[in-house]
Amino acid sequence: MASEAVLERRSVGHRLAGLFQGRRRLQVGALLAGPVGWLVIGYLGSLAILLITAFWSVDPLSGLVVKNYTLENFETLFNEPVYREIVWRTVRTALLVTITDAIIAFPIAFYMAKVASRRGKALLVVGILLPLWSSYLVKVYAWRTILSSDGMLHWLLNPIGLDTPGYGMTAVWLVFSYLWLPYMILPIYAGLERIPDSLISASEDLGASPFTTFRRVILPLSFPAVVAGSIFTFSLTLGDYITPRLVSNEQFIGNVIFNNIANNQPLAAALALVPIVVMIAYLLVARKLGAFEHV
Amino acid sequence: MRSRYGNPARTAWLVLAGLVVFMLVLAGCGSSSSDTTGGGSSEEALQKLGKGEGEVSLISWAGYVEPEWSKPFEQKTGCKVNNKVAGTSDEMVKLMSSGQYDGVSASGNATARLVAAGYVSPVNTDLVPNYKTVFSDLKDQPYNTFEGVNYGIPHGRGANLLMWNGNDVKPAPTSWNVTMDPKVAAKYKGKISQYDDPMSIAEAAVYLKAHETSLGIENPYELNEEQFNAAVELLKEQQPNVGEYWGEAAKQISGFANGDNTVGTTWQYQYFALKEEGVPVAASPAKQGFLPEEGATGWSDTWMIAKNAQHPNCMYEWMNWIIEPKVNAEVAEYFGEAPAQEKACEETKNPNFCAEYHAEEPDFWKRVYYWETPLADCGNGEEDCMDYNDWVKAWTSIKG
Repeated sequence: MASEAVLERRSVGHRLAGLFQGRRRLQVGALLAGPVGWLVIGYLGSLAILLITAFWSVDPLSGLVVKNYTLENFETLFNEPVYREIVWRTVRTALLVTITDAIIAFPIAFYMAKVASRRGKALLVVGILLPLWSSYLVKVYAWRTILSSDGMLHWLLNPIGLDTPGYGMTAVWLVFSYLWLPYMILPIYAGLERIPDSLISASEDLGASPFTTFRRVILPLSFPAVVAGSIFTFSLTLGDYITPRLVSNEQFIGNVIFNNIANNQPLAAALALVPIVVMIAYLLVARKLGAFEHV
Repeated sequence: MRSRYGNPARTAWLVLAGLVVFMLVLAGCGSSSSDTTGGGSSEEALQKLGKGEGEVSLISWAGYVEPEWSKPFEQKTGCKVNNKVAGTSDEMVKLMSSGQYDGVSASGNATARLVAAGYVSPVNTDLVPNYKTVFSDLKDQPYNTFEGVNYGIPHGRGANLLMWNGNDVKPAPTSWNVTMDPKVAAKYKGKISQYDDPMSIAEAAVYLKAHETSLGIENPYELNEEQFNAAVELLKEQQPNVGEYWGEAAKQISGFANGDNTVGTTWQYQYFALKEEGVPVAASPAKQGFLPEEGATGWSDTWMIAKNAQHPNCMYEWMNWIIEPKVNAEVAEYFGEAPAQEKACEETKNPNFCAEYHAEEPDFWKRVYYWETPLADCGNGEEDCMDYNDWVKAWTSIKG
């Protein structure tokens, strides 16, 4: 009896194996069916529903979505200057944070990849990863305390005649730059690691000054890595709403979505399309700059 | 490089085209139907109480569900309490739409929406024995009873406070003008703390009702376009003076504790938390009823039960528990609000508590404007009032 069952099972297994034998397309298809299914249904599907919702309206009393096709939400976004200002503020901050992080991250990554000893390198990697282990909210609340009018910055800067910037756009910029810095350092570090030391030596042998070596050899070879890192810093800033809420009064795209999500989902959906469009444009530019070729 | 499995770009376009078709189909299906539910009858309510289900999931305001009275509840009924604190009424409505919760301590600016959206069920008050001795001016009110059907159990009520730091704001303000009058408020530029919610528009309307009588504001939640615009304009003038808009209690507590905020609207919860931390905050004294001279916005909260509550029996147990005289007294004293239960006044630790909080004086509460959901129809037969969507949009433009 038992051996029959084993035989039965084996034969099913054998038949399955036979089915896949030599059929590469089927093999690949079966392997990818799960992840691709998830991507298309769970991820792209919900994006599609988001897009449709943006064309619907809302019952003012119950806040329930009324499925009537309308362009009203987009008209609100385009016609009311406050939304344009909010979108521009968000994009501007995302760009500023990205540039700041690139400038800070490059020397650190370069030191890690080309100068530091094996031990120093390990220590730096741990040091950069460590902040990622603590909660995002804890870090932002810590910054609230640091930036407050009698906080640490005030205490540090007061003796030299300066003061804490307080809560506002400067605070948002500082906190975002702090939060996303590891996401910029790590890709640049990986990119620089891959540049062979011999290229740098060759450049020196041919008489290039360190600056020329940097400009003509290192920067072009590591630029795609910088762009890859910038995708993280840019998109993370674009989608965040908690930092602006906690260290400023400024509204970002995410804040307005948050404020409308309970009562006016269609308007929130229309707003949510803005970062998607901005991100697509950004990725197209990044591709032009070669971010996806080496990394 | 060309892949063995075809051109990746072409595949991507195909997927995209497929998605667009999928969406159009969905949109097409949708446009024919529109769902608005609402209304109900008392027959929908639970008719007979059964055995507890072992747990209950609540959404509440900070300070409404505390271990001091939820632990004894668990011991007595065997219903484990899972509590989720929400910062705004919008958040509560959103959370209730998930269908994951059994009940909510809803304020008047959420109740009508919850009923209209069909997220909550009528409540059979016969199954809540303690309901009999709830203050009668809290029963059958427009924010807890719809078309004659009861939708909840009153929890307690209070006024939103004007709070200030006694070291920085002298003399003690008696009017909302310290935050609302641009000339006075400029003195506290960058130090004002304002609730980050469209309900702040009603606060401006309460101020205008007293100071711009020509606008003829009656009810700060029923504003026609002219009155509404005046309130919005006032808040736009206030905006440069605001240090922080607070959406959650923790943010305001830290703002006052570290000295960034010195004056603004608050709830009793933050006021007492700050006192406990030793921050020299003050609010209009109890003998003035905590009210600045214009009166104040406030709340009268209602425990409501979710339409498809997974633990209805435990929820009924909870609704009865929270207005148990001893518990309601404890809740009221902890939070600093007037209890809903008449008999709670005999159980308070401070024997004068109910007198100080005006729990038994219906006349006092006429100067407290409980949060309501603004509707287009404000009872004059014309749909000329600004509805909640207008309020939310205006709030976005006020903050800029």
